[in-house]
Amino acid sequence: MASTIKIRAKSKSGTTTVKALFSHPMETGNRKDKKTGDKIPAHHITEITAEYNGSVVFTAQMGPAVSKNPYLSFKFKGGSSGEKIKITWVDNKGKGDSLEATIK
Amino acid sequence: MNDIRRKFLKSAAGLGGIAAAIGTGLLMPQRAFAAYLEDAFHATDVSAALIGAEGSDQHTPSDQIKLKAPDIAENGAVVPVTVSSTLPNVESISIIATENPSPLAASFQLSAMSEAYVSTRIKMGKTSNVIAVVKSDGKLYSATQEVKVTIGGCGG
Repeated sequence: MASTIKIRAKSKSGTTTVKALFSHPMETGNRKDKKTGDKIPAHHITEITAEYNGSVVFTAQMGPAVSKNPYLSFKFKGGSSGEKIKITWVDNKGKGDSLEATIK
Repeated sequence: MNDIRRKFLKSAAGLGGIAAAIGTGLLMPQRAFAAYLEDAFHATDVSAALIGAEGSDQHTPSDQIKLKAPDIAENGAVVPVTVSSTLPNVESISIIATENPSPLAASFQLSAMSEAYVSTRIKMGKTSNVIAVVKSDGKLYSATQEVKVTIGGCGG
């Protein structure tokens, strides 16, 4: 299965900028199924963590108000070309995925 | 006889469960997953959401926070929001859309290595203020911008 995460990490003058895209429906729990009128249960990413060199550099907690297929970008000091960054997500149903990418 | 069969079924089910858990990434080596801000994300008013996420609803407007969001969002389902700050020792950043059913959209915890910068996309039900709340040196500062939404992104 293709990964649910896409990562672009780029290091420039001592700062690494990470951009990540996640494929996830991000259901709010407020939407109704048009055919049956039943509410579609909430299904969204709750937490995303980014690790660099074994330590967590960034954590994002998300509610259902983050757009479908979330986009996230953040920066951290340090990190150089060729090093790895690992991003992990978990959703409210306990599912998750993680991916390691190389900093450019 | 029956007893053994029971036991066998039980252990088989147990193993299957574990395999499924590994498959879905449930048993991934978890490190520093902070406690999920369940209450804050379910809060229906701004101050409750802020108390849940940042511990207080008292925040002072600061011009050292840059909040970048569109003045008019054509599609409420995708509103790009970027927050950056020049405040010292930023610990966390929260993004709030005041008129959403649950105002807190996302909360970011920064590490000592992080730069005070975050960019994401949020949903907005209708025209409202977007507030970026930044915790710096234990105090809360904020920047607010009104975003006009022509098509809502919540419900349907």
